[in-house]
Amino acid sequence: MALVAKVRGALLLEAVDTKAAALGLAPGLTLADARARVPDLAVRDHDPVADQALLEALADACGRYTPTVAIAAASDGLLLDISGCEHVFVGGEHGLRNDALRRFGRLGLTVQAAVADTPAAAIALARYAAALDKITDLPVQALELGAEATTALRRAGLRVIGDVAAQSRSALAARFGNAMLGRLAAILGEEDARLIPRRAPPPVLTEARLAEPILRSQEALRVISDLALQTARALEARGMGGRRFEVTLFRTDHHVARLAVDTAQPLRDPRRIAKLFAERLDSLADPLDPGFGFDLIRLAVPLLEPLEALQLKLEGGAAVENSMAALIDQLSTRLGRERVTRAVPGDSHIPEQATFDLPAIADTPATVWSIPEPGEPPQRPLYLFDPPERIEVMAEVPDGPPRRFKWRAQMHDVLRHEGPERIAAEWWRRKNGKGLTRDYYRVEDVRGRRFWLFRHGLYGREKAQPNWYLHGLFA
Amino acid sequence: MLDLLLTPRPSYWAESPIVAQFGFGAPSLDRRLHGGLDQTALHEIITENQYNAAAATAVALLLALRGAVAGKPIILLREDRDVRRFGRLYAPSLIELGMPVDSLLQVTAASSIAVLQAGADAIKSGAVGAVVIATAGRTLALDLTASRRLALVTARMGLPTLLLRLAAEPTPSAAQTRWQVTSAPSTGLAENAPGLPAFDLNLLRHRGGIAPFSARVEWDSDQRCFRDAPLFGAAPSVAGVRAAAAP
Repeated sequence: MALVAKVRGALLLEAVDTKAAALGLAPGLTLADARARVPDLAVRDHDPVADQALLEALADACGRYTPTVAIAAASDGLLLDISGCEHVFVGGEHGLRNDALRRFGRLGLTVQAAVADTPAAAIALARYAAALDKITDLPVQALELGAEATTALRRAGLRVIGDVAAQSRSALAARFGNAMLGRLAAILGEEDARLIPRRAPPPVLTEARLAEPILRSQEALRVISDLALQTARALEARGMGGRRFEVTLFRTDHHVARLAVDTAQPLRDPRRIAKLFAERLDSLADPLDPGFGFDLIRLAVPLLEPLEALQLKLEGGAAVENSMAALIDQLSTRLGRERVTRAVPGDSHIPEQATFDLPAIADTPATVWSIPEPGEPPQRPLYLFDPPERIEVMAEVPDGPPRRFKWRAQMHDVLRHEGPERIAAEWWRRKNGKGLTRDYYRVEDVRGRRFWLFRHGLYGREKAQPNWYLHGLFA
Repeated sequence: MLDLLLTPRPSYWAESPIVAQFGFGAPSLDRRLHGGLDQTALHEIITENQYNAAAATAVALLLALRGAVAGKPIILLREDRDVRRFGRLYAPSLIELGMPVDSLLQVTAASSIAVLQAGADAIKSGAVGAVVIATAGRTLALDLTASRRLALVTARMGLPTLLLRLAAEPTPSAAQTRWQVTSAPSTGLAENAPGLPAFDLNLLRHRGGIAPFSARVEWDSDQRCFRDAPLFGAAPSVAGVRAAAAP
């Protein structure tokens, strides 16, 4: 079996399985050549995106071992920083490695794994000889210096890395350049390059490893509330509260489910944290699939903000604010953050952009609204249509106020009107510097209903036959 | 807030010391209600067609403003499809009406059941001063049981809840009062401009036994109160009045 990809019009083998390799096929061969050698070769299209997705999923699954997981530069492996993580496993770091091999083996994957002092050494061991444990016994290819340098090293009689390491460094640098010394130092563990993790490790993290995988979301919630209690203690010790909480549920296979909740104010009340996750679970479009059960549940707090120990105000102000934040969190978690909003003023004179509804859970700057004239009726409608609704209007003169109009299948006879209030387009934002001016009229029909209409474009100057729109309904 | 305290509310409190009440602010209207509306009850505001949606919404919000527990925000809950049908609530207008926009929380939900559920949660939270729950059309979820549940939790938590039903027919409910609201012709200003918001309020039922009646009121944004609409203002033309009287 081989995967093929089209490279400059030719179908080339991109990857081969062990059987194909045994038959002498190798990546880089054209498909025609490969077919000539092995006529019954099974061929599939190479899908790098799917490869990457699988690797990402596996990286997520490796989150059970350590928070610091990175994808190798060549996108063919995963690097796990297990410093300080191995003691959890029976047998230390080898126990951890065996656990990983067992889990990936169950998925039908063939995995090479190695434990070493530096990432470069671990990659070299895993790629070239996982059975060996000594770096110095690796062939010189493991230095990954390219075919030319490898051949040169071999010609010089240096076959394993140990031979190279025994040479004087200055001579090596003179012959192969400084880059080679860097590689050598990294592999030998003389120089330590740190991993750049895919996800930044959260500042507060608690987890529960479960001997018996759990299958029901109720039980998962109970574990989450236990974790919330521990998290609350950790947060309290730091004098912090969380603005975002993330639960990661590791299934026994490689699947990982993540749930996150945001809060309007820093929070560390364990009951409220647990309640938010209960809301989140209820609001999932497709319920959590436990498969064969979750065996590791983790609660992380990626976003911290200072939160002093709660002190109740005499007049009860703190309590009201607190219960308000709880309500906003609860509704935002259940309905979605875009659905619980507060209005803030926008910096525009275009009516539909003069105000925005922003999520109440987000931090909004203190707002200043312009103060209306006393004694005047409202100049703006209570309901604003976005977009405005097209209407048919009869006017006495084309650039005059409307007399009658038809909106939603009913004729409205205009009794009173005020206008026009002329609102120009934002010409400075437009490429051609043009845009139609709107003439707004506040009108009241004979039944006492008040509407906000506008004529789009100045008659005769901007448009021969301007259209009319209904933009809002007044109280 | 000061102007709210200056309205003649305290005297009404004295008349009915058992339940806290809030009045419309229009003297003749409040007198007929024996002081006003119960502050711890469910009130229903209904309008039978979509053309009066803005008027009914305004009355519900303004009653919430008048009846809200002091110092606590107001919450308005709507359905997603109603936002598309009636437009979004426009904050500059609310400010012109005298609503503190910063303490108005707007919530939308995908279904009427979710709206009612979120409304009940908001009432129970004790965080808000008044709750406005808006639905439109026939709402099967809002049956007698659902409204009774709302009424009970409202009474327990002691804050007014306004059930706003746009483009809907009256159905049995546990609300203390039911008002039908339509836009009324305003008192015209100079140069025939539309005046202050005016409403026809039609009390359809009152659990306290007050007989149905109608009243025409205006909203005074500066005093934040309703007031009786003047009978003879700058009168509209005769044709206008006739057309207005016709349904």
